[in-house]
Amino acid sequence: MFNTALTISDLGFLAQGALMTLAVTAVSVAAGTVLGVIFGVVRNQLGAYWSAPLTFLLDVFRSVPLLIQLVLGNAFQSIAKLGWPPFTTSCVVLSLYTAAYCTEIVRGGIASVPPTTRRAARSLGMTWWQDMRYIVAPLATRVSLPSWIGLTLGVMKDSALVLWLGLIELLRASQVLVTRLQEPLLILMICGAIYFLISFPIARLGGYLEKRWSND
Amino acid sequence: MFSYTFHWNQALKALPQMLDGALITLQVALLSMVIGLALALALTACRLSGNRVLGGIATTWIEIARNTPALFQIYMAHFGLGNFGIHLSPYTALLVGIAFNNAGYLAENFRGALKAIPDTQTRAGRSLGMTPVQAFRYIVLPQMLRVAFLPATNQMVWAILMTSLGVTVGMNSDLAGVTQELNARSFRTFEFFALAAVIYYVIAKAVTLAARVLASRLFRY
Amino acid sequence: MIEIQNVRKSFGSLEVLKGIDLTVEKGEVVTVIGGSGSGKSTLLTCINGLEPIDAGRIMVDGTEVHAKTTDLNKLRRKVGIVFQQWNAFPHLTVLENIMLAPRKVLGLSKEKAEEIAVKQLTHVGLGEKLSVYPTRMSGGQQQRMAIARALAMSPEYMLFDEVTSALDPQLVGEVLDTLRMLASEGMTMICVTHEMKFAREVSDRVAFFHKGVMAEIAPPEALFGTPKDPELQKFLAATH
Repeated sequence: MFNTALTISDLGFLAQGALMTLAVTAVSVAAGTVLGVIFGVVRNQLGAYWSAPLTFLLDVFRSVPLLIQLVLGNAFQSIAKLGWPPFTTSCVVLSLYTAAYCTEIVRGGIASVPPTTRRAARSLGMTWWQDMRYIVAPLATRVSLPSWIGLTLGVMKDSALVLWLGLIELLRASQVLVTRLQEPLLILMICGAIYFLISFPIARLGGYLEKRWSND
Repeated sequence: MFSYTFHWNQALKALPQMLDGALITLQVALLSMVIGLALALALTACRLSGNRVLGGIATTWIEIARNTPALFQIYMAHFGLGNFGIHLSPYTALLVGIAFNNAGYLAENFRGALKAIPDTQTRAGRSLGMTPVQAFRYIVLPQMLRVAFLPATNQMVWAILMTSLGVTVGMNSDLAGVTQELNARSFRTFEFFALAAVIYYVIAKAVTLAARVLASRLFRY
Repeated sequence: MIEIQNVRKSFGSLEVLKGIDLTVEKGEVVTVIGGSGSGKSTLLTCINGLEPIDAGRIMVDGTEVHAKTTDLNKLRRKVGIVFQQWNAFPHLTVLENIMLAPRKVLGLSKEKAEEIAVKQLTHVGLGEKLSVYPTRMSGGQQQRMAIARALAMSPEYMLFDEVTSALDPQLVGEVLDTLRMLASEGMTMICVTHEMKFAREVSDRVAFFHKGVMAEIAPPEALFGTPKDPELQKFLAATH
C-alpha cells in the first residue's frame, strides 16, 4: 500500500478492541433479551394500566442518551460502593438499555398473535403456559426476529460509548492509534471497515428473514 | 450501603446554565435534521436516478451511516478530515457527524415510504390524464410524507440523544458538555448527570408530543 | 367510435390477447364476459393506453392510441376507466378526490371544478359525503366515488373493469344501478363483468372471451338464448 507507520501489532490491538466490542455486545444482548422477554410478557399480562410504571421506567432508558446512562450507572456503583469494574458497569447499563427496546419488540410480537388463535389453543384444553410455549412463542418469534436483529446491531454500535468509562473497545483502540500515529483517516477507515464487517452480514440476514417471512 | 450524601442544591443552582446548554442541544439537533432532510432527498434522488455512479455513492453513504456507530461518524468528522487539513471545531464536527447519520437513516425511510404507496395509485392518477410528474406530486408524495413522518420524528429524537456524544470530542456548550464541565469542577457526578437525564427526557417527550400534535393536524385522513 | 383491430398482447411468454377485433359505436353498451385469465381486463387497460400492445392497433375517434405521436394524457380525458379496486386517493376528501384531475389536468378553476364534482357526486348518490375521507366509506360508496371521479373529466367513453368483483354481495346492487343509469343516459361503455343478469339487461352486444380470443359476440338475447360457441355453452352452464 502506501507509507504508513501502522504495524501488525497495531492491527492486533484493533482486533482486541473489536473483541471487547463483541464481548460487551454479546453479554448485553443476552441479558437484555432475557429481561426484555420477561418484561414483555409481564406487560402483556398486566395490561396497559397496571404495567404503566414499568412502561414509564423502560421509556426513560429510551429517552435519555446512553452516554448519560453510562455515567450515571458508574456514579451509582461508586456511591453504592459496589466496586464494579468498568466492564461490569457497562454491561449492566447496556443490558437495561437493550431490555427497554427488547420489551417493546416482544410486546409487539405477542400482540401480533391473533386472539382467535390463542382462544383456539385454550379451547383445546391447553394451559396458559402451553399456549405461550407452543402457539404464541413460535408465532411471536417470527414477527419479532427481524426487529431483534436490528436491535442487536444497534447495541453493537452503541457499545462504542463504553469508551467513556475507560474500556478499550474498537473505537477507543482506534483513537489511541490515531493519537500515537497521527494517521486518522487510514485508522478510522480500518475501524469503520471492521464495524461494517461485523454488522453487514447480520443486517443482510435480518433483511433476508424479513423478506422471507413477510411473504406468507 | 449509602454513606454518600446527595447534594441536590448544588445541581439545582446550576440549572440555568444547564438549560442554556439544552438550547444548544436543541439547536444542533434541529440544524442536523434540516441538513439531514435535504441530504436525504438528494440521496433518494441519486438512488432513483438510474445513474450507477450517483446510485453507488448514495448506497455507500446510507450503508456507512446505518452500519457504523454514530460516534464513529463524529470521530470521522473530527479526526478523519484532519488528513485533508480540515480541522472542524467540536460543534461543527458534531453537526456534520449527526447530519451524515440523519441523512442515511432518512433516505432509507424515504425509500420505505415510497414502496408503501401502491402502484395502483399512480395508475389511477394516470388514467385520469395526469402526467407522471402530476401523479407523483399530487397523489404519491402527500401519502408518502405521512408514512415517512413518524420515523422522521423518531430520527429527530435520536438526533437529540446523539448530540450528547459531542462531549467526547471536546464540545462544552451543549447540555452534556455543560454537565461534564460542572462535574469536573465539583465531582458531584450523580447529581449533575441525573438532572441532565431529566432534561433530556423532558426534551425528548416534548418533541414526540409536538410531532404527534403536528401529525394530527397535517394528516387528517 | 372505438376500433380494435387484430390486437395482440403478451406478458412474458403468456399471450393474453390473440388478435382481438371489435368496434364499439358511439352510444353503444358492450359487455365482456368470460372466465378469469381470458384477457378481457387487459383489453380495457390497452384501450386506455395504460398497457402497450404488441401488434394490431386501437383507434379512438380516429386517433391511434399506441402511436408515438399520440398525447395519451389528452386521450385519457376522453376515455375514462374504473378499476376493480377503486383506488380512492386516501389523503383527499371525497370532494377533493373528484376535483383533483379537473383542476390539475383540465386546468379548471377551483369553483368550476367544485361545481362539476358536486354535480357528479350527487349524480352517483354521494351528495351527502363531500367532506368525508374515502376510507370511512363502504366499498360500494368508494366505487361509486371512483365512477364520479372518472365522469368529472366529461369522458366520451367509459371503461369498467369488473367494478363489482371486489365488493361484498350486498353492495353490488348500488354500483350496478349507477352503471344502469349511465347506460340509460346514452354513455358509450365497455364493461367487463361477471354479473350475467346485468349484462343481459343493459348491453347492446355481449362479447365472450376465452383464452385471449373473442369467441362470440352477439346481442344479449342471442348470446344467452342460443349460444353457438361450445366454450360459451359450458361457461353459461357453469354460471347458472
